[in-house]
Amino acid sequence: MGRYALRRAGTAAGTAVFVLVVNFFLFRLLPGDPIGLITRGRNMDADQIRALRAQLNKPVWQQFLDYATNPFSTGVDSVKYSRPVWGLIGERVGPTLLLVGTATVIATAVGLWIGIRAGWRPGQGFDRGSTAVTLLLYAMPEFWLGMLLLIAFGTGIGPLPALFPIGGISTPGVDTSTPAGWLDVARHLVLPATTIVLGYVAEYSLIMRASLVDEVHADYVTTARAKGLKDVEVRRRHALRNAMLPTSSLVLLNIGFVVSGAITVETVFSWPGLGLLTYDALRGPDIPLLQALFLLFSLSVIAVNLVADLLYGVIDPRVRT
Amino acid sequence: MSAGTGPVSGADAGTQRTGRQDARTLARARRRAALRRAVRDLLRKPGGVAGRVILGFFGVLALLAPLLFPAETLEVTRTTQPKLASPYAGYPFGTDRYGISVLALVAWGARISLLVGISATVISMVLGTLVGIASGHFRNLLGAVLERLTDWFLVIPFLPLVIVLATVLGSSILNVVVVIGITSWPATARLVRAQTLSIEARPYVERSRALGAGEWHLVTRHVLPNVMPLVLANTTLTVAVAIASETTLSFLGLGDPFAVSWGKILDDAFGAGAITAGAWWYLVPPGVCVVLVVLAFTLLGRALEEVLDPRRRSA
Repeated sequence: MGRYALRRAGTAAGTAVFVLVVNFFLFRLLPGDPIGLITRGRNMDADQIRALRAQLNKPVWQQFLDYATNPFSTGVDSVKYSRPVWGLIGERVGPTLLLVGTATVIATAVGLWIGIRAGWRPGQGFDRGSTAVTLLLYAMPEFWLGMLLLIAFGTGIGPLPALFPIGGISTPGVDTSTPAGWLDVARHLVLPATTIVLGYVAEYSLIMRASLVDEVHADYVTTARAKGLKDVEVRRRHALRNAMLPTSSLVLLNIGFVVSGAITVETVFSWPGLGLLTYDALRGPDIPLLQALFLLFSLSVIAVNLVADLLYGVIDPRVRT
Repeated sequence: MSAGTGPVSGADAGTQRTGRQDARTLARARRRAALRRAVRDLLRKPGGVAGRVILGFFGVLALLAPLLFPAETLEVTRTTQPKLASPYAGYPFGTDRYGISVLALVAWGARISLLVGISATVISMVLGTLVGIASGHFRNLLGAVLERLTDWFLVIPFLPLVIVLATVLGSSILNVVVVIGITSWPATARLVRAQTLSIEARPYVERSRALGAGEWHLVTRHVLPNVMPLVLANTTLTVAVAIASETTLSFLGLGDPFAVSWGKILDDAFGAGAITAGAWWYLVPPGVCVVLVVLAFTLLGRALEEVLDPRRRSA
């Protein structure tokens, strides 16, 4: 396990370096005066501009080393908010984790349940129905689904009253540290979380179904049946044990991507998280903020992947070789 | 192959050439027959039928859009209709924020969305196949570097990378195509690499190598024909992803501001406050088109995978 963990950590470190390289050089391709891009219309005194220029006049490799050794430096301000980018990002992490965490837990539970029911009896009524629905959901752009939910349950159409708030994380003026405030946040959470859940339920149930279908006709399942075990026990104690391996790895790997996947949904529901911040940053474009967000999204995926790999090594010792 | 190469042994130069030609025609005929069988099986599958019908409809719509809705009907300055009006006679999907028929917008949107989706897929497939075969075939530094590169690109979150690239390159149709193309190849490359490794381990490739076949011969005659079915199935799935990506990019305002795509219509609708105005007719049609086309390509891709994978065919 030690060598496996070390190798995985090495791969993750290599990927992180690649991300740093991409993030540093990509933004250098931008046309125009780099100082203009960083400051964009903000008033700066001559000393500050001189300091920036001195930094930019260094050899490129030295600039890269400066960046790579301290990518989280708070020296650069966001163009739009005129504040250090990492402080700005810190405030937005909480709402995103709340939204994405809630949605992931529900989506995993519902998705696996549907996938197990469908995959255990492939080709039958439930399987056909659920596969049709999940494929349809899978084809939907998440933000479009969100806008439909919003117009149906937020604005209200025809006889439908407006059941849920139209955006934001809480009603202005409500203290979110009281139980009544939590309830208010929960009411705001319903529509965006449902949107993300519907999208990921489709994905997870398709994966779960596919891995279970592979096991249904395996010899050991026939043996279990021949032993006279109940259908439920054959499924839970034999088939699922094996089918869960590929599924759990994919679900774990996906967690890293859910955060950046929330960009469009947060935009539609004005959810004050990292996704909405990204949308704000690219509308400018606010280059320093965008650069920091890209680094954060990539590094979090790499970190989650590493954890997923290590966990997978514990669940399934065969992959350690 | 062996049946066709039989007469070659112990023959003079003349018959050797015809023998080789026989082998080639035989192999070609066999490949054609396999392709015909695959297409027939595909068209019989319910997913294949549904996919074909939907795509046929949108293909015709895209081609006929300029005839059905002349370009000047899309001009903001020429319209005399009310803004954000709900459906009425002649305007079955109502009007948009400028008073333009949403139906006309959606028909014109089919052109850009399909064009971007298909062109981006071509880039992605060519890159993915090249990198995949190269990283599987060359077991040296080049192969290792390409494999690493594929893994890295797989890990970088798709949407943020696309956003950053689109911001850096600026917005035009060509840039959207390029951005989607160069971010969606790694999954294909990994599949192709695995298939290349499995093919090169087969005895007939070893035989060919023993007979003195060069790298180029091995790759083009043995690896590529065996990888192509996989690439084909992957292509239809990638078109679905590419069209969905184009919609997302345009919705985020990173598409070409002068090209009407389904994502651009949705972005306009969102920006014009269609949600608070309750203008569902502005939001539903472009979204339904995206869903139908993405679904059609996904169904086709799944049907193709089943047809081409004998293991799944029996299941």
